[in-house]
Amino acid sequence: MEPTIHKNNTQDLKVNEVLQKKPPTIEVKEVKVWYDDFMAIKGIDIAIKPNTVTAFIGPSGCGKSTFLRLFNRMNDYIDGYKMEGKIKINGKNINKKKVIVEVLRKEIGMVFQKPNPFPKSIFENVAYGLKIQGIKDKNFIQKRVEKALKQADLWEEVKDNLKKSALALSGGQQQRLCIARTLAVEPSIILMDEPTSALDPISTAKIEDLIRELKKKYTIIIVTHNMQQASRISDYTAFFYIGDLIEYGKTKKIFTNPEKKQTENYITGRFG
Amino acid sequence: MRKIKELVIEKSLFTSALVTIAVTVGIILVLAVEAVRFFSEVSILDFFTDTQWTPLFTEKHFGILPLLSGTLLTSFIAIAVALPIGLSISIYLSEYAPRSFRKTVKPLLELLAAVPTVVYGFFALIVVTPFLQEIIPNLSGFNSLSAGIVMGIMIIPYVSSLSEDALHAVPQSLREASYGMGATKLQTAFKVAVPAASSGIIVSIILAISRAIGETMIVAIAAGQQPRLTLDPTVPIETITAYIVQVSLGDVQHGSIEYRTIFAAGITLFVLTFLLNTLSYRIRKKYHLKYE
Repeated sequence: MEPTIHKNNTQDLKVNEVLQKKPPTIEVKEVKVWYDDFMAIKGIDIAIKPNTVTAFIGPSGCGKSTFLRLFNRMNDYIDGYKMEGKIKINGKNINKKKVIVEVLRKEIGMVFQKPNPFPKSIFENVAYGLKIQGIKDKNFIQKRVEKALKQADLWEEVKDNLKKSALALSGGQQQRLCIARTLAVEPSIILMDEPTSALDPISTAKIEDLIRELKKKYTIIIVTHNMQQASRISDYTAFFYIGDLIEYGKTKKIFTNPEKKQTENYITGRFG
Repeated sequence: MRKIKELVIEKSLFTSALVTIAVTVGIILVLAVEAVRFFSEVSILDFFTDTQWTPLFTEKHFGILPLLSGTLLTSFIAIAVALPIGLSISIYLSEYAPRSFRKTVKPLLELLAAVPTVVYGFFALIVVTPFLQEIIPNLSGFNSLSAGIVMGIMIIPYVSSLSEDALHAVPQSLREASYGMGATKLQTAFKVAVPAASSGIIVSIILAISRAIGETMIVAIAAGQQPRLTLDPTVPIETITAYIVQVSLGDVQHGSIEYRTIFAAGITLFVLTFLLNTLSYRIRKKYHLKYE
């Protein structure tokens, strides 16, 4: 059955903006995930701290992307996907039947591995999330788009070309556009799935600066293959290995004095 | 030895390519030569402005408009049927249906295009027309409505299959981006997938129109053989293709003006479908550039 489309009116959103959003809490208990017979997550407990950057690291196929996509229920459309356990965001179990997944995803934005702008104009890309909520107020959309592009540090580069196709931007600009697109909906949590893996070092540095800036207002979870990146931008680090959470703690501690042998082997580059 | 083998294979492949081109050029040449002879006797102006087409009568008129209107009318009805149904099917298959369902249904749909058109023609004449006559009492036994509807059913797979291919080629990452911002499946299908696949969808529609214009058997059987300049779908008409069949099967004298009308009508048809195919080729080329 298709969930109904929820239309928030502009007034509600403005009120939302005025009321300071409380930093979200994320708790995960005993989560297991299967794809058909393959067990991808083998029982993970974790609590993510609000207004921090948490990095998920680990070798390919360790389940960190699958785990990240649990928070906005992005795995729902995958054939053979099955999960068990509880994920509570602000105390509410997000897998309950009465949770409307579209509302959840408004609250939890996502930035993907490869920049994936829509084949529309720059403006339409950023306005998309607002328009699908049924917002028609042009002035309001205009302001939100500008604000989001500024937050994503892209405004100066595109402000004269908002009607240009987003596909004409460079890879790094496209990724910042995707971040702006996510910010325009004003989520409280942002999930990032290796957001810089397809970018050059300069674009990567820009995105990292941006993440540091964004954590003041948002809770960010980032999956990365780049260990230096994890140590540069995250406050907390979680190390995953074959569907298990091996170690989770302050980034400094994980990178200088890990408790587990496996973690040490991975971060020193002995495997993975 | 090996070199010779390679050479033989290369030359034979080249020859088969050449044969195809030669045949095409040959057909166009024959069409053109006979059409030129036709137009030496009938002025092009009359051909395109005269509203009567009566080459087989004593008082001869050579206006292509009645045939052209018949062709466009049946094609329009066919597209009006095939477009909504074909597009709905393609959107359902690519955006909603489980993968296993899609895999079984798509080839089944393509079977629709494999049914011999003469079967469709009889289906239109014997089943659809009597059925429609119960709703529209003054519908003639031969009419463009029933032929158009059945032709529409025949070209559904052209629209649905090619559109589905185009929708399927839209990267999954775009849909995920849309879902990620809280869009529903419906919104994602119509605001992201369909616009992103629009050029492919347009190509599928153009090819379906081109197929409808060239379709012969259904209209020859069910639409009648009365060239008539009208937009009324309930009366008998004649399409360009049906006229060509009629004259080819009749006993017109080889080399006569009646005989040459076939080529004049044929080249009109050829130009029409050629333009449509070129258009779809252009759009497709542009579309491939977009996705690398």
